Amino acid sequence: METRTDAASLDAASLLRTTTARGRRVRDRLASIWMIGSLLVAVVPLALVVGYVLVKGIRVIDVGWFTERISVRSREPGGGMAPAIYGTLVITGIAALMAIPLGILGAVYLHEYGRRGRLARLIRFMADVMTGVPSIVMGLFVYTAWTLRFGLSAFGGALALACLMLPIVIRSSEEMLRLVPDELRHASYALGNSKWRTIVTVVLPSASGGIVSGSMLAVARAAGETAPLLFTIGAARIVNPDVFSGPTTALSVQIFGNAQNPFPAAQDRAWGAALTLVAIVFLFTLAARFVSARISRRHRA
Amino acid sequence: MTAPAAPLPGGPSRKALTADGAAGWGDRAFGLVALLAGLLVLLVLALIAIATTNEAWPAFREEGLSFVTSDDWVPAEGRFGALAFIYGTLLVSAIAVLFAVPVSLGIALFANEAASNRLRRPVVYVLDLLAAIPSVVYGLWGILVLAPALRPVFDSVGDAVDGVPVLDTLFGTGSSGRSFLTAGLILAVMITPIITSLSREVIATVPNSQREAAYGMGATRWEMIRAAVLPWSRGGIVGAVMLGLGRAMGETIAVALVVGSSAQITLDLFAPGDTMAAVIANEFGEASGTYRSALIGLGVVLFVVTILVNVAARGIVTRMDRRARGA
Repeated sequence: METRTDAASLDAASLLRTTTARGRRVRDRLASIWMIGSLLVAVVPLALVVGYVLVKGIRVIDVGWFTERISVRSREPGGGMAPAIYGTLVITGIAALMAIPLGILGAVYLHEYGRRGRLARLIRFMADVMTGVPSIVMGLFVYTAWTLRFGLSAFGGALALACLMLPIVIRSSEEMLRLVPDELRHASYALGNSKWRTIVTVVLPSASGGIVSGSMLAVARAAGETAPLLFTIGAARIVNPDVFSGPTTALSVQIFGNAQNPFPAAQDRAWGAALTLVAIVFLFTLAARFVSARISRRHRA
Repeated sequence: MTAPAAPLPGGPSRKALTADGAAGWGDRAFGLVALLAGLLVLLVLALIAIATTNEAWPAFREEGLSFVTSDDWVPAEGRFGALAFIYGTLLVSAIAVLFAVPVSLGIALFANEAASNRLRRPVVYVLDLLAAIPSVVYGLWGILVLAPALRPVFDSVGDAVDGVPVLDTLFGTGSSGRSFLTAGLILAVMITPIITSLSREVIATVPNSQREAAYGMGATRWEMIRAAVLPWSRGGIVGAVMLGLGRAMGETIAVALVVGSSAQITLDLFAPGDTMAAVIANEFGEASGTYRSALIGLGVVLFVVTILVNVAARGIVTRMDRRARGA
């Protein structure tokens, strides 16, 4: 190794290298290897899962996949996934319609009204705790509180997903409201606006980028859920246009069922459904990033 | 000040000038609606506890305490001892945490302490994608790819340690590749993103003055991490790990597919087992009567355990957060 003596190029790193005892340098190097190695260890399963889903899923997807009903024959290929794609989109959509407005209102309470008060602190804490409630428990809850009385329906599944999304939307929206400078609120009050007009016309629009992207991440999370749907939506092989009654199906439920099937044709269907679901989830995740980047750029301009 | 200033003639009333403009019915109505939305969180949590406990009551009444102390689970004969599932849940989550913590901590330290800004973004991206993949997709990959691949590995490891005292118990015979260990490995991948991102938040609160002080005394990067970063963020990292543990205990579908569905208590990590969440998912469809209410009872136990873990973890994280903001 060439040793430089001229003082200007003797930076901190090389100084350390030449003045630090060997054992300490080795330990530092080992720590670096551990850190980079950890990253590689995380990349391997990601690459494997995404790779398998892509390669195995693409083989069963054609035009009929998006238009035909689900085949009853698990030994033979054929049929499509249209009812499950429809079910996933509709159930997630209804859940979003319920959870996002309520979640944003909840966040408005926490940050604009409750602030550091006792009740607001309790709600904030319990919303955090609620994000940790297992999704299968949400499924059981909706089963006992809704499905036992009103039967299987897309709406029941949407209720369960909405319960999962609510705390996520509340906490992510509150973080965004916190970023809105108080000067904006004061300027609006100074113009004679009341508090609720200030929130609706000034605070929420300036936080909209973050709120939209946070909500879309919550939607993406919900779209992939299986456990809350198992006991609440039933199993159908055709599109059920009535969201309030009768069984329906979803991509995640189809994957779960077909994955346990011993026949290759059914397993192929599971891979195809997995590719469709992952595509939907990734699209939402990417769109969320895109929206937040775009809106924050517009605001800066 | 001796007397309140008189309002200016013709000027706005004092009421309209209050800082939060607390005037008018519109404000009160809007505030009330927002409050109700906030209270919804408490309402849903309370309803979960009431509705599920109510539906699980027949099983709780019939079994009593033996619901959680007995491992005798024979639904056909009406015996519902859930200890094997509680054991399975704890074992599988412990395996997951054991594998996930060193990796998560390594990535968090890499992203915050070692990586350049340009490298940091792809790291975050990888974690985002790992977190975005649905549980059922991990399960599908686990049951059709990972479990068959692990089967020969389990067999040869099991043969190799045959007769060695402790190892023989831990690594017995793996027949199908679906086991406690397989489920733990899949779970480890699934909880790595959450542990990493929470740890990164905590590590980001370490003041730079601490780092610079360590470097100033001639520390290498690793010595700086041990002297400045880890002591400062220890509490928060413990909280992050506990949240990961809570997530692992409640994770359902991936585990249901790869754990092997066998109600048994064994130290053999290669043996098939079952967890509370997995047994609910796998057996609820064909259950009725007391059987069904026993499965809902498992949900109640799972709810209580995850709430306790989450409350403890959030308590720690919130305290760290407050300290960071105060500093």
